[in-house]
Amino acid sequence: MRSFPAIGRLSPKAKTASLASALALAMVGLGFAAVPLYDLFCRVTGFGGTTQRYDPVAAAADPVILSKTISVRFDANVSAGLPWKFYPEHPTDTVSIGARDMAIFIAENNSSRPVVGTAGFNVTPTQAGKYFAKIQCFCFTEQRLEPGQQMRMPVLFFVDPKIMDDPDARDIQEITLSYTFHPVDEGKKAS
Amino acid sequence: MTDIAATAPAHGHADHAHDDHDHDTPGFFVRWFMSTNHKDIGTLYLIFAIVAGIVGGVISGMMRWELAEPGIQYLTGWAQFFDPAASEVQGKHFWNVMITAHGLIMVFFMVMPAMIGGFGNWFVPLMIGAPDMAFPRMNNVSFWLTFVAFVMLVGSMFVPGGSGLGAGTGWTVYAPLSTSGSAGPAVDMAIFSLHLAGAASILGAINFITTIFNMRAPGMTIHKMPLFVWSVLVTAFLLLLALPVLAAAITMLLTDRNFGTTFYDAAGGGDPVLYQHLFWFFGHPEVYIMILPGFGIVSQIISTFSKKPVFGYLGMAYAMVAIGVVGFIVWAHHMFTVGMSVNLKMYFTAATMVIAVPTGIKIFSWIATMWGGSMSFKTPMVWSLGFIFMFTVGGVTGVVLANGGVDTNLHDTYYVVAHFHYVLSLGAVFSLFAGFYYWFPKMSGRMYNEFLGQLHFWIFFIGVNVLFFPQHFLGQQGMPRRYPDYPDAYAYWHLISSYGYVIMAVGVLIFFVNILWSLAAGKKAADNPWGEGATTLEWTLSSPPPFHQFNELPRIA
Repeated sequence: MRSFPAIGRLSPKAKTASLASALALAMVGLGFAAVPLYDLFCRVTGFGGTTQRYDPVAAAADPVILSKTISVRFDANVSAGLPWKFYPEHPTDTVSIGARDMAIFIAENNSSRPVVGTAGFNVTPTQAGKYFAKIQCFCFTEQRLEPGQQMRMPVLFFVDPKIMDDPDARDIQEITLSYTFHPVDEGKKAS
Repeated sequence: MTDIAATAPAHGHADHAHDDHDHDTPGFFVRWFMSTNHKDIGTLYLIFAIVAGIVGGVISGMMRWELAEPGIQYLTGWAQFFDPAASEVQGKHFWNVMITAHGLIMVFFMVMPAMIGGFGNWFVPLMIGAPDMAFPRMNNVSFWLTFVAFVMLVGSMFVPGGSGLGAGTGWTVYAPLSTSGSAGPAVDMAIFSLHLAGAASILGAINFITTIFNMRAPGMTIHKMPLFVWSVLVTAFLLLLALPVLAAAITMLLTDRNFGTTFYDAAGGGDPVLYQHLFWFFGHPEVYIMILPGFGIVSQIISTFSKKPVFGYLGMAYAMVAIGVVGFIVWAHHMFTVGMSVNLKMYFTAATMVIAVPTGIKIFSWIATMWGGSMSFKTPMVWSLGFIFMFTVGGVTGVVLANGGVDTNLHDTYYVVAHFHYVLSLGAVFSLFAGFYYWFPKMSGRMYNEFLGQLHFWIFFIGVNVLFFPQHFLGQQGMPRRYPDYPDAYAYWHLISSYGYVIMAVGVLIFFVNILWSLAAGKKAADNPWGEGATTLEWTLSSPPPFHQFNELPRIA
């Protein structure tokens, strides 16, 4: 209370009321703080199939490659209002756990104007999110396509061998990596 | 606590003379529109809650009318009442508007104002021996903010809200339906209405906390407070901690709607599920906000009419505290189907079931209070017994729904509708009627009609059970909530449910007859019409209490 010298001079009623108001204000703050905290929580825990992002250098340091393989299926969607065609070059791929793999996605702008898009992503089953590591992805940045332009976009990823230590995730046979491209509205900024 | 041997000097004759001499009762306008008197504000809240309850009740009647048989019969016609050019699309939108309005009105403008604003304002100061609330002017602000919020919500039904007039988002206002799915000002108005109602409740909560912590009469320690005061104290803390989170969540809805942010929009990196988490972080404590004061009311009444102190007073008080605390860590059981991991579901299932423990303590303590008591089955008591029965039924289905696995099947079905109407529409409303009959003599100075009170109870009791019990069956058969139409297979129980509404409505009519008759011609009420069982301080005052009470503070032995 030293930082609030005035509080000591308040009447008991005013003191209770101030503390109660402070509590309410703190809860408002917590409500808004939920936005970055929720984002952080998802990124740290892989909650809801949020994939992990690895630095290319750190990821290259000590690759452990297991003999076990896992199937990765690629899913590509565009949201309403984005005049793009978007699909994976191969719908599925089989990779050794721990080994790097590159998948190619192809996007085509079918409209007569340049369009900027950004991709949202996650994986299912959701408990695989913690172990699905992306080193490089077109989804990390916005993509701009000129009218009629076709672009091949790579994703560099691996499945973290730690998945074999997780009783909830080690039986997973197939992981689906899903992308949805949204138009970037110049008026809207990411929160 | 109930053995408060109050030696209240409150309405000694000298006191009366003093009152009348010093403070004349203000004129009509000043008294009712600029009121700073906790009893007058309590009365205003009760009248407001009754009016809002009629509006919300009529809306539910229209819904049961439409649901009485398969197909869509009346919606388009009703929508044309607001907009002559309305087609069936607008009619269906009007359905969504009705479910939204019914939910919001009953939660924010009926149960909460009646429980906290009405009975809380009236009886918390009386029960702790305080002359008034801590901040009387702020009390008035709370009431009129609630009133304006209600006007805003009703007004939103007349402005465009997407595919028709009004906000059709459901009381939960989930994104993206409430953001990109509802163009037009109606949802903005509804959100703003929630802001105002929330601000009013937060101010009220600060007022109650300050009053209860600072203005208890000498000797009225925390552990001697009547359980109703305890219940309002816990409720005030829940309001203080939960409502600001709702305010934050719906403010972000507003900015998503109007200012181009994407808090809940995946296209900009947001997540609509975040809104659900925030909403239910508020929403679950909110359901305890609605029921806890009811627990308090019922505790007073059971004790009064069993002529025994409440069994396990401290256990009862801290059971409410426990319910309040645990209520903040179970929110995601409302969203078992959004795609949570098994571990998370297990946690929320277990945490939710833990709430059955303090709730069970309360139910068993009420029964133990009655056990061996000298019971009399006056109207408030039968309503309280009805409350215990209804709340237990709703509690049992709550334990069923708490299971993440079971809920996957029952989520958003009529089973859930039946569950929360048993705990709220029947639990909370029964405790409201119980409190109303219990305190009506004190508030008005006249006795209600015992026969009409009993008749009201039995007709209402039968009506609501016929209305809501079949909805369990509908839910188990897969009838989803929030739909105006259904396959023929559901017609049988839907029709019976609609008959139940009619029976209930007859009961409510008897209630109004009783109020009007009693206010006009009821017997004059004694200071304490309930006899030796009624030991709390309000019964030491005259009926109705003097405009200002406790000029000399009572001493609690």
